[in-house]
Amino acid sequence: MTTTTPAVSPMDLDEKLALYRTQLALRFFEQRAYDMFLENLVKGTSHLSLGQEAIAAGVAAAMKPTDWTFATYRGHAHTLARGVPMTPVLAELLGRSNGLMAGKGGSMHLTSVEHGVMGSYAIIGAHLPIACGAAWSAQFRGTDQVAVCFFGDGSTNIGAFHEALNFAAIWKLPVVFVCENNLWMEYTRTTEVTAVENPAADRASAYGLESIMVDGNDADAVYEVAAAAIARARAGEGPSMIEAKTYRHGGHSRADPGKYRPDSEVAEWLAKDPIPRYHTRLLELGATEDQLVEIERDVVREVDLATEEAKAGGVPGEDLLMKDVWADGGSSWRN
Amino acid sequence: MAQLTFREAIARGIAQEMRRDESVVFLGEDIGAAGGVFKGTVGLLEEFGGVRVRDTPISEQAILGAAMGAAMTGLKPIAEIMFADFFAVCWDIVVNEIAKSRYMTNGQMTFPLVIRSGNGGGLRFGAQHSQSVENWAMMVPGLKVVVPSTPEDVIGLMAASIRDPDPVIFLEAKALYSTKTDVPDGEIVDTLGTAKVLRSGSNATLVALGAMVPKALKAAEELAGQGIDCTVVDVRSLVPLDTQTLLREISATGRLFTVEENPRLCGWGGELSSIVSEEIFYDLDGPIVRITTPHIPLPAADALEDMAIPSVERIVTTVSKSMNS
Repeated sequence: MTTTTPAVSPMDLDEKLALYRTQLALRFFEQRAYDMFLENLVKGTSHLSLGQEAIAAGVAAAMKPTDWTFATYRGHAHTLARGVPMTPVLAELLGRSNGLMAGKGGSMHLTSVEHGVMGSYAIIGAHLPIACGAAWSAQFRGTDQVAVCFFGDGSTNIGAFHEALNFAAIWKLPVVFVCENNLWMEYTRTTEVTAVENPAADRASAYGLESIMVDGNDADAVYEVAAAAIARARAGEGPSMIEAKTYRHGGHSRADPGKYRPDSEVAEWLAKDPIPRYHTRLLELGATEDQLVEIERDVVREVDLATEEAKAGGVPGEDLLMKDVWADGGSSWRN
Repeated sequence: MAQLTFREAIARGIAQEMRRDESVVFLGEDIGAAGGVFKGTVGLLEEFGGVRVRDTPISEQAILGAAMGAAMTGLKPIAEIMFADFFAVCWDIVVNEIAKSRYMTNGQMTFPLVIRSGNGGGLRFGAQHSQSVENWAMMVPGLKVVVPSTPEDVIGLMAASIRDPDPVIFLEAKALYSTKTDVPDGEIVDTLGTAKVLRSGSNATLVALGAMVPKALKAAEELAGQGIDCTVVDVRSLVPLDTQTLLREISATGRLFTVEENPRLCGWGGELSSIVSEEIFYDLDGPIVRITTPHIPLPAADALEDMAIPSVERIVTTVSKSMNS
């Protein structure tokens, strides 16, 4: 594993306060989404990033608006972190017509092309090669765009992961892979079914990618490695792999209480919760408690407003059902 | 006008579009320096260079994933899957990602891409390099499916597929690669979703696709000698399907015979039969008959493969028997 970190200008306090706000927004949004599940307002399934917010927030802070995010079915946080407003995201979870995709995608497929969120993909590993394709397009067209592709530790044992890493390396693509290693695949500990200790980083170095390990519960650390990797990609120096160690506070999905995990392990990671950690750091850096309380209140207001607006959304109409299979807007397969 | 083989027509069609549109790029295994394992892409690397014509590793998911990511961000990729059987190792990217993403995102994304592939049997390659997979592709919402049967159609339909804003599965019958016909000079652009009437008759309508088209034409000649006058329609495009032409031509004779290379179950002829039964049942003068490869993996031995894939003889016998019963 190597780390050649180009100089990344450190964040000032205002930028760090913004990073704190993003983390809180992701946390409070998903807590609200979970509450709405319990009220049976959110249908289907959902995969929360509670506990992993520092990764989505830290990487997004290092991206330009024109860069691309490729997320997984655990994609609420990544979508919001790119600046997509809460209301359409929550409305999408509720299956309302004011949803991000008018209810046609749902929790696992959040997409907002205008914000550079190029899809949330629910087949493990599939989006790694797709992110390579976007990166290839940027390289071909000579733009300075970078594709950032998030995935979990469980994705590292599927073929598409390996095909994509090799592909990115041989074409020297401007892509940054970010493995959110939360230690548990779905219900099985990743190390129990994986031949190496660091499932993404160890493999990536074998493919010649710049390979970086980072504390995924430290938003500043995540930001710094992401900024460096993105800068390298933008400069034409090729792909990187960031493996960010983290932990999900809840189960794999809505239906999973996560009871397979030892209590002591859960407690250990709850103590490393990225948000209280960042709160403490900001106070040490000179932020005031009042400032932080005001940020918290502001986020609560945003979540409350999004909740009202999402609930007020209409039910998608039949007109949407047969729309947009094809680029002409329709779904006709015959004349 | 020049004589052109089916395989040469592929390169000509791609080159025509790459000259016209800088955003058309081409990737696949052995397509560049080697000119394609079937020599269908000879000369493209030399003309367009290694940035637009790129050899890839044997990584079908990466090839199609890259095509998808490039298409959603402004390029018009053509990707090759060497043998259509290999779609099975990257089918997720085709059906779950490419085909569904426009709908799932409420139209936020567009995928102007073409996946071309060598399809079907007749080359004694055995079961894993010979299957006709047009029925796999046809059943997936969000994919267009095009199957040319002549060099001229290869060029025209390739151009139409590349210009189309939706994902197109372009299946090239391997058994036709060496066929040669006259092809007009200059630009050729066809229209997707148009079947072609190749022969008009009054007794029966043979509807065929890909490598079955020349066989159906040959069979029609022999049947004419027996006094059975057949219409032959080349479907050319399974999605969109030109049901107007097909229903008109089937109504006109009152009899439908499909000639399909795909294995029997859920072959495209089954869908066509269903449409015919629902919409022009009372125009029929006799049962619909499907002439297909049996529901088996294709054997390698020439003798066995020839028994499996519909032959001119089998078409003639089947039509003749049914028309005279």
